[in-house]
Amino acid sequence: MEYFVQQLINGLTLGSIYGLIAIGYTMVFGIIGMVNFAHGDVFMISAFIALILLILLTQFLGVTSIGLALLIVLVAGMFLTALWSWVIERIAYRPLAGSFRLAPLISAIGMAIFLLNFVQVTQGPRNKASPSILNNVMTIPMGNGSVTISERQALIFIVTAILLLAFWAIVQKTKLGRAQRACEQDRRMAALLGINVDRTISLTFVIGGALASVAGLMFMSYYGVVSFSDGFTPGVKAFTAAVLGGIGSLPGAVIGGLLIGLIETMWSAYFSIDYKDVAAFSILAIVLIFMPSGLLGRPDVEKV
Amino acid sequence: MRWVRDPLLVVEGLTMRFGGLTAVRDLSFSVGRGDITALIGPNGAGKTTVFNCITGFYKPTSGLMALSTGGPVRLDEVAALASTGHRYKCVDDQIGADGVFLLERMPDFEIARRARVARTFQNIRLFSGMTVLENLIVAQHTPLMRASGWTIKGLFGAPQYRQAEAAAMKRARYWLEHIELTHRADDAAGSLPYGDQRRLEIARAMCTDPVLLCLDEPAAGLNPRESLELNTLLRTIRDHHATSILLIEHDMSVVMEISDHVVVLEYGLRISDGTPESVRNDPKVIAAYLGVDDDEVAQVEAEVGL
Repeated sequence: MEYFVQQLINGLTLGSIYGLIAIGYTMVFGIIGMVNFAHGDVFMISAFIALILLILLTQFLGVTSIGLALLIVLVAGMFLTALWSWVIERIAYRPLAGSFRLAPLISAIGMAIFLLNFVQVTQGPRNKASPSILNNVMTIPMGNGSVTISERQALIFIVTAILLLAFWAIVQKTKLGRAQRACEQDRRMAALLGINVDRTISLTFVIGGALASVAGLMFMSYYGVVSFSDGFTPGVKAFTAAVLGGIGSLPGAVIGGLLIGLIETMWSAYFSIDYKDVAAFSILAIVLIFMPSGLLGRPDVEKV
Repeated sequence: MRWVRDPLLVVEGLTMRFGGLTAVRDLSFSVGRGDITALIGPNGAGKTTVFNCITGFYKPTSGLMALSTGGPVRLDEVAALASTGHRYKCVDDQIGADGVFLLERMPDFEIARRARVARTFQNIRLFSGMTVLENLIVAQHTPLMRASGWTIKGLFGAPQYRQAEAAAMKRARYWLEHIELTHRADDAAGSLPYGDQRRLEIARAMCTDPVLLCLDEPAAGLNPRESLELNTLLRTIRDHHATSILLIEHDMSVVMEISDHVVVLEYGLRISDGTPESVRNDPKVIAAYLGVDDDEVAQVEAEVGL
């Protein structure tokens, strides 16, 4: 029992990270109908930004309070990663907006390769260790044993939950969110009603980038190492999560992320760790056979 | 004869070719300020093409389309503007300011924002996943953005923004009452019956505060009762708002009932232009709609100019 609860906690932590990345995929897909393959690498870059900022703050600027340092890293990292995401959209996708459908997709793959190699060249190919932070664990007695939650895990939960709520409020309650949902449904009509569609698309990339940067910081502090190739697997998993939840649906992306995290962790815990990715993708395949538009996706039903 | 005295829109020599096909040939007509103008004609006459040219979806092959807010279109003013290479001339740089606009030079979103021409399509293009109220609020995005200082003032709840928000809600409520959908304000727009969706689309277009509202077959697919409700709505717009209406319609009960001015097209040519009565009795229009006896074909063709 306590083993199961422990795995549940681990799975949800991992799932939160996937969920944060998946939102970037699902929003971009919703608004311009394109899979932003560079998003995983934006996430990887954000982990590096977080690492560099953290080392800068704690070792060179002498910030001793770890809480303050993390807060600065979080905010500055969100800003810088959002800037990356914004620039990528401007130079790699927007010029191709009038082109054929697959052009931005190819451009995204090119951008992903560029980002990967850029980081490899500038940061080196080896794993970078992050300073060990928030190592204290809380031990909760349960049954015959106990369950442990590290401060890191608690932090990941809390920050993810707060950000998701804030983000949900932006999309549902503000005029920016309204403009974004309008663009998702009918871009041309939205433009005719006075919405600046280009700016709304930029904003989508900025929000996606900012959320990915939170995931990057969490990933860096959770695993303690980052490497230039870290964007790929979490990126694909998060994309899977977005598809599983129903691509285009925001709650779907979060639920999909949590599910993928849980499946992966549970499979590693009870069966074989080597096949955890196979398990996650098999479940995706099975779900899609029975629910082709994902768990919360809206099927395109033509009213006749 | 407001379309002569006080024209809001003047179309001169509009021609639109698609390859070898001339959809609209040298068409000239005016839309009077405050009028309901109907553009009618048999299928394939080029009505929607004219609409698409006016709203910037097509770039016309040649011709001039001048829209003037604030005063009648004056041809000398238009000619002066046309020779400068500018797309429009406004009294100040604010979006929505009065001025003269050369629609053939402007892209669609600019026609919508600057020249304040709103349109609907033959098919319904509501944001079906958003609520009825949201559809009306999202149409007021531009004034809200301006009042919020592009988000910054809005974040701190500046009084100016609060006022703009309250005004947007007030306008949305006003139109909800007029289309009698107040009780369904929070339902998804896609779940409304067809006739209600049609009227909601018109209300949404009105929320952008247009000077010219272009409706492409607003009565298509409506039952007689819904058709009547549509007539009432269009009359309300004409009588109580500074919005002129240009509409394409096949339903003659709507056209003859509510329009002040009817322009008839056939094969891309204007064959009649005048009040509903004069158009109804025009032999060319009758011939276009009902056909003529074989022995009169040559004579009618000569009249129509084929």
